[in-house]
Amino acid sequence: MPTATFHIKRFDPDNDDMPRYDEFSVPYETSLTVLDGLFYVQEHFDGSLSFRYCCRAAVCGSCAMYINGRYRLACQTNVRHLDGDVITVEPMPHMPLVKDLVCDMTDFFAKYEYIEPWLMRNSQDPEKEIGQTPEERKKLDMPIDCILCGACYSTCPSVWGEGNYIGPAALLKAYRFEVDSRDEARKKRLAHFDNEHGAYRCHTITNCVEACPKELNPTEGIQWLKRAAVRRRLFGRLK
Amino acid sequence: MINHQLIVVGGGLAGLRAAVEARADGIDVAVLSQVWPGRSHSGAAQGGINAALANDPEGHDDTPEKHAFDTVKGSDYLADQDAAIQMTSDAPGVIFEMEHWGCPFSRYDDGRIAQRPFGGAGYPRTCYGADKTGHYLLHTLVERAYQRGITMYTEQFVTRLIVHDGRCIGVVAYDMTKGGFEAFCGEAVIMATGGAGRTYSNTTNAIISTGGGMAMAYQAGVPLKDMEFIQFHPTGLLTTNILMTEGARGEGGYLINDLGERFMSKYAAKAMELAPRDITSRSIQTEINEGRGIGGKGYVYLDLRHLGAEKIMERLPGIRDLAIHFEGVDPIDEPVPIVPSQHYTMGGIDTDVNGATQLPGLYAAGECACVSVHGANRLGGNSLLETIVFGRRSGAAAARYIQGEPGGGAQAAAAPSAAAVQEMAVAVDRLASGAGSEDSYAIRAEMTTTMKEHFGIFRDEPTMRTGLDTMLALKERSRHMTLRNKFGVFNLDMMRTLELEGMVDVALATAAGALARTESRGSHSRTDYPARDDVNWLKHTLAYYQPEGPRLDSKPVALGTFEPQERKY
Repeated sequence: MPTATFHIKRFDPDNDDMPRYDEFSVPYETSLTVLDGLFYVQEHFDGSLSFRYCCRAAVCGSCAMYINGRYRLACQTNVRHLDGDVITVEPMPHMPLVKDLVCDMTDFFAKYEYIEPWLMRNSQDPEKEIGQTPEERKKLDMPIDCILCGACYSTCPSVWGEGNYIGPAALLKAYRFEVDSRDEARKKRLAHFDNEHGAYRCHTITNCVEACPKELNPTEGIQWLKRAAVRRRLFGRLK
Repeated sequence: MINHQLIVVGGGLAGLRAAVEARADGIDVAVLSQVWPGRSHSGAAQGGINAALANDPEGHDDTPEKHAFDTVKGSDYLADQDAAIQMTSDAPGVIFEMEHWGCPFSRYDDGRIAQRPFGGAGYPRTCYGADKTGHYLLHTLVERAYQRGITMYTEQFVTRLIVHDGRCIGVVAYDMTKGGFEAFCGEAVIMATGGAGRTYSNTTNAIISTGGGMAMAYQAGVPLKDMEFIQFHPTGLLTTNILMTEGARGEGGYLINDLGERFMSKYAAKAMELAPRDITSRSIQTEINEGRGIGGKGYVYLDLRHLGAEKIMERLPGIRDLAIHFEGVDPIDEPVPIVPSQHYTMGGIDTDVNGATQLPGLYAAGECACVSVHGANRLGGNSLLETIVFGRRSGAAAARYIQGEPGGGAQAAAAPSAAAVQEMAVAVDRLASGAGSEDSYAIRAEMTTTMKEHFGIFRDEPTMRTGLDTMLALKERSRHMTLRNKFGVFNLDMMRTLELEGMVDVALATAAGALARTESRGSHSRTDYPARDDVNWLKHTLAYYQPEGPRLDSKPVALGTFEPQERKY
């Protein structure tokens, strides 16, 4: 039976002075995801290991981690597809830590809420659906697949450098509504990204594109927001 | 103690829809969720949500009555017909509302919501957003909950109800990121904690679908209804049981055996791959049992290749990614190995059409509840609908209850809350005292295997009796579990040990109900009683908690509109 060696970063801010790495050898039959391995460690070797989990099918965004030096979803990462004999598992870097592999996502979600991530309407809603053509709907394809795992936010140097920058995930969400043909309150949301903490903080470093486990392109959305904000200032219209 | 008028446990579709509704009625609502609400298992739903919108040309004469008939027939006539009619007539309105709130449904050229065919349905009735409908609906409701200013306590692991003077007035929760237990009190509680799929080893469900809400209500004396009815989804991925949507067959996918046959022709000549899930799963299992699984092994193929790359990329991109990442197979080029997998708990907390339970102040909605609209077999696309319809109704009902019957408020809750928190601390101390010797993970593994092997697709008396004995022994062993670590934040050891106690109770209700029901109906398929028995068993099972194992009772099914007949597809 093959085994995988897990090299896991451990740190409990309440009790530990310094982080450490613990090593565990996890046996498996034919297939093992990193999340399976973490559960094996938690059940068989060390019950105190902490990590987030939920869907185990790459759709909920809970288990984004830094695995062998790359942002990945632990549930979607099969150990057979990783290079090398040792699997190094760390929490997403540049984030405050709750414990072990669990980051503190408070700021991340505060910024998500800040951009007012909901469809804004002024018109009376019709009795049936608000019409939207397939072409209009297609503009939403990319941003609506975001699972808010936080990988893009963790990897963004502009976030590291300017703590108030609202970051790629929140801006991608703003973009999602700005390009929605049904959204009507554009001026209001514009104020949230057309400012010094908003879209202009993105320097198109594109770390977010590389990190995204859903292969989305936050940078593209942010560039669209910049253009829209400038157009608005110059011509007084958004689209 | 933290006070809000209404405590909603669970941040999936049912819980959030309930919270939004009660908030609109002026109620101070708090949502407690084990994960950030947008990570709830509702988001894993793929194929769609049913409503008789009649948007598809083929479904131009569809109506809520026809939707109700399909639902009742699909349920093998165990659904309460008044509840099914309520759900299907509420359906178009709640879907349009979700659309007005921003849900990105796929569209027809004329701009209307697109609908696809689904199993057991007479018309293309399933509204969808590609194959990520649950994700889109869930994020839409999360967004609306933020917009409405609903208080959300995330990463709260709820462990028990607080009942005082015969009313449910709150819950106790472990704060995962801060550590420690806290009471959340109010005038009413809505349970919306999802299903109990993780009592089986072969489930499509999220790891947090452990039946916690069912267990808490059950242990507080509220009966669980129809727990023997467990849905096995025809198409879970072979190695992980991850869901491959029914929409794959709705879009024209085939099920293929080792001989290359579309074997569904033998079992449902008319509906073929779009027979209801109970029939399709039994058909697959029969092929496997009779040696026609691929290479004689325990799986068959879901073949999408003839749909072509363009259609797969447009309509089914999510399951394509899942098949590539988790099974190493690209459905554009290869058939996908699949196996029937535990998918849905038809049973749950016994409620009426407004989510009310037998315990005043306690409501339930979504998969943890049993209204019942699914009866013995749920139709695909009806679970998302149930969450929103009955989430909304239970939120409104709880608001009316709060406005009509004010309880004692915070002052009255103080003493019982403190006592409940203290009892939790004592329970954890006892687990961690070292007196017990049982490893909870060994019990969990044995439970999930027992449920899979003894209460699976085909059932018979000897197999189930052995299974029930094993479950009763596990229940006894679970009294002597030991906890290695009782302190700290994100204490998975403690959470997983505590949740296991409830999982064993919920699984026992399934086991006892299944053994008692001497007929075959919907998903409950007994080789020793192959026929449906309307004379003796056209009734709901009720399981009441007792420490030594469930006490079973029954209650009648609401009939009156659709005469029970033989199901043919």
